[in-house]
Amino acid sequence: MPRRILESFEVSNLSILDPEGRADPQLEPSLPTAKLKQIFEDMLLLREFDVRAIAMQRQGRMGTYAPSTGQEAVQIAAGAALNPTDWVVPSFREQGLLLSRGVKASTMFLFFMGSEEGNRLPRKLRSLPYCVPCATQVLHAVGIGMAAKLKKDPVAVATFFGDGATSEGDFHEALNFAAVYQSPNVFLCQNNQWAISTPRSAQTRSATLAQKAIAYGFSGLQVDGNDVLAVYSAVDAAAKRAREGGGPSLLECMTYRLGVHTTSDDPGRYRPATELEAWIPKDPIDRFEKYLLAKGLLQSDDRARLTAEIGDRLKAAATEAEEICRNLTPDEMFTYMYADIPDFLRPQREEVLAQSIAIDGDGRAHG
Amino acid sequence: MDKLTLVQAVNRALQLSMQEDPDVILLGQDIGKSGGVFRATEGLMEKFGVDRVMDTPLAESAIVGCAVGMALYGLKPVAEMQFSGFAYQAFHQIEQHVSRYRNRTRGEYPLPMVIRMPYGGGVRAFEHHSESREAYYVHTPGLKVVVPSTPSDALGLLRAAIRDPDPVIFMEPKKIYRSLKEEIPGDGPIHRLGEAKVVRPGEQLTLISYGAMMPVTLDAAAQMGADYSIEVIDLRTLKPLDEASLVASVQKTGRAVVVHEAPRTLGMGAEISALLMEKALLSLKAPVARVTGYDVQMPYYQLENHYLPSVARVVQALRDTLSY
Repeated sequence: MPRRILESFEVSNLSILDPEGRADPQLEPSLPTAKLKQIFEDMLLLREFDVRAIAMQRQGRMGTYAPSTGQEAVQIAAGAALNPTDWVVPSFREQGLLLSRGVKASTMFLFFMGSEEGNRLPRKLRSLPYCVPCATQVLHAVGIGMAAKLKKDPVAVATFFGDGATSEGDFHEALNFAAVYQSPNVFLCQNNQWAISTPRSAQTRSATLAQKAIAYGFSGLQVDGNDVLAVYSAVDAAAKRAREGGGPSLLECMTYRLGVHTTSDDPGRYRPATELEAWIPKDPIDRFEKYLLAKGLLQSDDRARLTAEIGDRLKAAATEAEEICRNLTPDEMFTYMYADIPDFLRPQREEVLAQSIAIDGDGRAHG
Repeated sequence: MDKLTLVQAVNRALQLSMQEDPDVILLGQDIGKSGGVFRATEGLMEKFGVDRVMDTPLAESAIVGCAVGMALYGLKPVAEMQFSGFAYQAFHQIEQHVSRYRNRTRGEYPLPMVIRMPYGGGVRAFEHHSESREAYYVHTPGLKVVVPSTPSDALGLLRAAIRDPDPVIFMEPKKIYRSLKEEIPGDGPIHRLGEAKVVRPGEQLTLISYGAMMPVTLDAAAQMGADYSIEVIDLRTLKPLDEASLVASVQKTGRAVVVHEAPRTLGMGAEISALLMEKALLSLKAPVARVTGYDVQMPYYQLENHYLPSVARVVQALRDTLSY
């Protein structure tokens, strides 16, 4: 018997905006002006959130922070392409996505200020809080998708993770389950090229991360992740497919972490400066700004004005978050452990309250 | 009136729970068409369909991780781990998410879900099929841990676990899945979690155990004969532990022996011993004794009966404690 080719595969890359912000007329999505402006503002909000958070971390007002600078297009365009009835399941670098879904900036600050109040996201937002252990959340997204399908709810479930997460077992189990159950999932990889100090090339021998979907029986697409229009189009199509029963998709969004992994990290130890310099001209906000300027939807001084307005809002949000921290009481660590506090926890709660009254005099935790 | 074995009672509890609540769904390996390797889910796929009884691919982390997602969405998943020895592939999901979600979201996303797993030795099984590692789950804040030892308790506790608003690890003593049948009237009981049961009243010593060690424990108490009055307590729920019942019993008897097949170090015996020292010290007439598995890896089955607490070992501990 001769050898026969049973199947062959191809992997594509989608890019719509060129580095100068000119859109491919064949591929350019037609988006309402208000939506385009909202996307731009949300990108600025995310960048300014990083600025403020890093400054507060340096001042000792905030703990470790994982910035998104350079990765604004993926989060914001993906969020814009989803419906409020869709679900989002983030990792720990999707501040912008959650803000664009209606999470308060003070809540986002609280997570990094060391309070679980930063995870108190109202159910109606259908947005899960941060997930620190890599790729574990991808399975939750599949379970949500399976549940939605069972209930015949036409929703898409988008989940976010990094290039490093694609080496985790949970990532592979999730893609396999999603394919087997044809769950309405959009797997959105923010490939920012580095998992702390491990470059994408050392993470896997696969030529692309997109192609990993093929082994599980569905399609993967590589997308220019610094191109708002490409990300929007890809997520829009994948989410529609998911809602209509067409099953899961994997989108590998090629982007770059222009800053640190977290504020505890020093990329100078492992990352060549030339690589960073090569990515700076591909800045997603600059590209999108050029596009909007050329379309006449933006004036040249709008960015500075919007950034200043956002800065004021974030300043107020940070103050609000700090006020919440000052008012935390130590018994909160017991309050939410179970639906009802079990008997064995009650004396421990009394103990912590008595102890902190002795320490602080007013029964409040340290701010 | 039906006479059910423990595994049949598990099946009955699942069936009743699925009938009364359309949000209850089952997922696991080989639970559908095959009815589960122990037949715990036999007939349920035929009754409730493939959407509610899901035969999954072979991936424990995905079974638990997807169950988390389903519970976040509002379903009440009951996930089966085929053997507790394979639950470690899902342990990170249990520790990092199942136990935490309610607390970390300040109550916004509770996780009403059950993870069932057969545990324990004495069935001449392969490696990884005989361990008793309930302490891992008891140690993890946010979980509840339940271990039945009789058919009616299995039914009543599993129904309660599925109705519970918090995640429950439901460990099933596979050695006694079929060792006794019990008459269960009607739909059977719905228990409250966190309540131990005095299965034999007594005055001189409190003998405490749970799960597959209950028959061994009861045999040992019976062997002591009428000259000794032994109170036997079945914990039934390991977390939250029914501290009040244990303390009250030992305040009465002054002596306690704890029996479990899990390794001794930091097992339930250690916890109960500390509890009795804290809350019943002045009642104690003897040290709290532990009859447990040894602090070794569960041996392959040629030697497993040397590892598992025997009636003779329990009897010896009772004699030693009574004559201290």
